[in-house]
Amino acid sequence: MMQVRKNWQLYVLFAPVLIYFIVFHYVPMYGVQIAFKDFMANKGIMGSPWAGFKHFERFFDSFYFWRIIKNTMGIGLYELAVGFPIPIILALMINEARSGRFRRFVQTVTYAPHFLSTVVVVGMIMMFLSPVSGLVNFIITSFGGEPIAFMTEPSWFKSIYVWSGVWQGMGWSSIIYLAALAGIDPQLHEAAKVDGAGWLRRIWHINLPGIAPTMTILLILNIGSVLGVGFEKIFLMQNPLNMEASDVIATNVYRSGILGAQYSFSAAVGLFNSIVNFIMLITVNRIARKVSENSLW
Amino acid sequence: MPQSRSERIAGVFIYIILSFITLLVLYPLYFVLIASISAPETVMRGDVWIWPRELSFVGYERLFANSELMRGFLNTLLYTTTGTALNVMMTIAAAYPLSRADFNGRGIFTAIIVFTMFFSGGMIPNYLLVKELGMLDTIWAMIIPSAVSVWNIIIMRTFFQNSIPKEMQEAAFIDGASNMRVLWRIVLPLSGPILAVMVLFYAVGHWNSYFSALIYLSDRSNYPLQLFLREILVQGQMQEMVDISDDSLARSLMDAEAIKYAAVIVTNLPMLLLYPFLQKYFVKGVMIGAIKG
Repeated sequence: MMQVRKNWQLYVLFAPVLIYFIVFHYVPMYGVQIAFKDFMANKGIMGSPWAGFKHFERFFDSFYFWRIIKNTMGIGLYELAVGFPIPIILALMINEARSGRFRRFVQTVTYAPHFLSTVVVVGMIMMFLSPVSGLVNFIITSFGGEPIAFMTEPSWFKSIYVWSGVWQGMGWSSIIYLAALAGIDPQLHEAAKVDGAGWLRRIWHINLPGIAPTMTILLILNIGSVLGVGFEKIFLMQNPLNMEASDVIATNVYRSGILGAQYSFSAAVGLFNSIVNFIMLITVNRIARKVSENSLW
Repeated sequence: MPQSRSERIAGVFIYIILSFITLLVLYPLYFVLIASISAPETVMRGDVWIWPRELSFVGYERLFANSELMRGFLNTLLYTTTGTALNVMMTIAAAYPLSRADFNGRGIFTAIIVFTMFFSGGMIPNYLLVKELGMLDTIWAMIIPSAVSVWNIIIMRTFFQNSIPKEMQEAAFIDGASNMRVLWRIVLPLSGPILAVMVLFYAVGHWNSYFSALIYLSDRSNYPLQLFLREILVQGQMQEMVDISDDSLARSLMDAEAIKYAAVIVTNLPMLLLYPFLQKYFVKGVMIGAIKG
């Protein structure tokens, strides 16, 4: 108690932060009860009548359910399979490059796209992939191929989403691994060289174990967000013709909720998503703690 | 240390692959630049590859003639400056108490904050809350719901814990300084680099964000730049898919392409020019975050 009195200023300082988190994070968690109600604007969240699991049932039975789940899982897993290892490989390679100048140049260039906005990146994707004036199709036709309407062809959607994400993010995501690699004791490498260990063996036995804790943490975070695939980019890349492959949970919530004002139904869909994400995160974290002793908590 | 043959070959291999990756990242950006200053028909024909062709600034002219875009630019500037100022204040207000071992309840407070990283009410309850608070279509919807980022609080707290000597703070307390005074006169003056990182992270976030504007704003006069960009870059594309044979329309389609390239350059040029100088600050931010993720 004495400490509290002595540090009263810290509590005053912290108060706005606490209020912010309660109002803008915990009140919405409380407000998610509209998923179990029939929300009526004039009665408010509290006054609206309970509806049980009606909205969840409607979602599970809906024609779109499997499409949305398939797309969300598909994009999430694809992203994980490609987007997780590539930054690690990039970091390992940058770490091996001897010339400091070359390293810095590679780093500067590969980090840059991280700072482009999603709107600009999607805009660039569309410009480059345009069937009429896009660079990629010029290359295809110059080799005698037929131009491909990438953006309206559902089968291309996932690849475009994932690989453009790699283009934009691989450099930035590699920073954290480079930091971990920089922390590895160079004497380990010297000793291994003396013992005659080759280049690949040293990466395998020294560098990889050295960054394993970082990898585990990021893997947990990545798996925890498989179903949380970003709304922002998918929404921008979406059009009526590729809907079959691009409709995911988040865009569906936006359409039926914000645009269609079916608040209760879309809150139910969103809650389903949050819960599945949370369960996945906890499960993966538990597995990681058992297997590797590295975990988020 | 002499290198073995296989090691030298591997070294060369790494240089080749890294150069290829660098080219792959750089070329699209470079292409947008040269396409933006070439005559639109040369780009449409696929003649522009390495150098700009038939210098033309028609895209830029059209872009700057658009008054709405200027409006969007000013809005973004407003949201970015006020939003970043609020973000940084809130981050300090959260991180400094949490960095102090003698801040009773910091375990609970940390848990309350970190939990929100992993679970949220979702888009709809957030939207209804903002609506309920009467923030729709105001600047408040742009800055208050995203007043602080948990991740940045953690980075800042880690910095305060590890990089500000505890002895200095304790000495000041013995001299009778209050907590606020210590924060203001000792901690913050020593936190220049991390404050720069925070300002940059938040400012870039505001500059690039379109999502909250998309759901919270409906009055065009409040739109930030990114929403207008979305109209130009993303929604313009849909019209292109429509088959058009009229001549003047073909002309305007070409100009539309030029405008797109110019728009990318104009909105990102400040960032891309500043970026090489700021890079080390950004990287430092990620590294501090990595110490204890």
